[in-house]
Amino acid sequence: MISCSDAARQLWEYLDGAVEGAQLERLEEHLARCRRCCAELEFAEELRACLRQSADEQVPADVMDRLNATLEELTDR
Amino acid sequence: MEAPDAHPTIQRDEPGAGDPTTDFEQLARDQLPRLYAIARWLVGDDAEDAVQDCLTKAFERFDQLDDPDAGPAWLARVLVNCCHDRGRRQSRRPQEVDLDDIEEFSLYRKIALEDPFPYSDTLHLDFLGGFGVEDVREVLLMLPDLYRTPLVLVHMYGYPTKDVAAVLDVPLGTVLARLHRGRKLFERRMWDYAERTGLLEVERR
Repeated sequence: MISCSDAARQLWEYLDGAVEGAQLERLEEHLARCRRCCAELEFAEELRACLRQSADEQVPADVMDRLNATLEELTDR
Repeated sequence: MEAPDAHPTIQRDEPGAGDPTTDFEQLARDQLPRLYAIARWLVGDDAEDAVQDCLTKAFERFDQLDDPDAGPAWLARVLVNCCHDRGRRQSRRPQEVDLDDIEEFSLYRKIALEDPFPYSDTLHLDFLGGFGVEDVREVLLMLPDLYRTPLVLVHMYGYPTKDVAAVLDVPLGTVLARLHRGRKLFERRMWDYAERTGLLEVERR
């Protein structure tokens, strides 16, 4: 069975669906038996959610007005 | 990551289709909020200038876009280049990176080991709960462009890794390697930031 360090190194890639084949089998075998690594996997999911949720951002109205003005200036030529 | 609206395509059968200026305007208008949001993460307060640069350059080169469906990724590529140009000129200096040091780092294990909130049953969630959007931004801005850009594009804005490879003009394997190191570095800098700014102390109260 792979070590916890080996498993931990692959958790983000596992969540991306980028771990495959025998490597995936070994990782899932480890996760099935290791509560700590399962908890670390859940934490990696939370961390990814933290990044994703930080992406929501409104453009300030004055900035959007200026960007639209630039766009109109370019396309009115 | 699910981001079904991440890459809207230009509808060629809509009014104005076929006129390059109209097509450009439609593409740019659709993408402006996303471009500005991405630029905020890449160059902070220079975001508006970076998007202005991007609009000008993209308009000049719009005839180079062959596939209208690739328009959003193409615009993102122009933006990223504009951000990198600005970053090279005037960004804050990222901290030095020791890749050997970060390869074995695990934020999860660091939090468990240091146990900053000894009376909590939800230690790790409490740690993340201390980070607002501005804190996440500060941490990301500490990362070198090399790692920050793929993290922002993939994990925040849902771009597929193959599109990011095209945006950065590097092989897919390079993107995956940078994402791996970028995530590790992000975890390491989150801990550094929490220690330095007193986020851990606040939670202890």
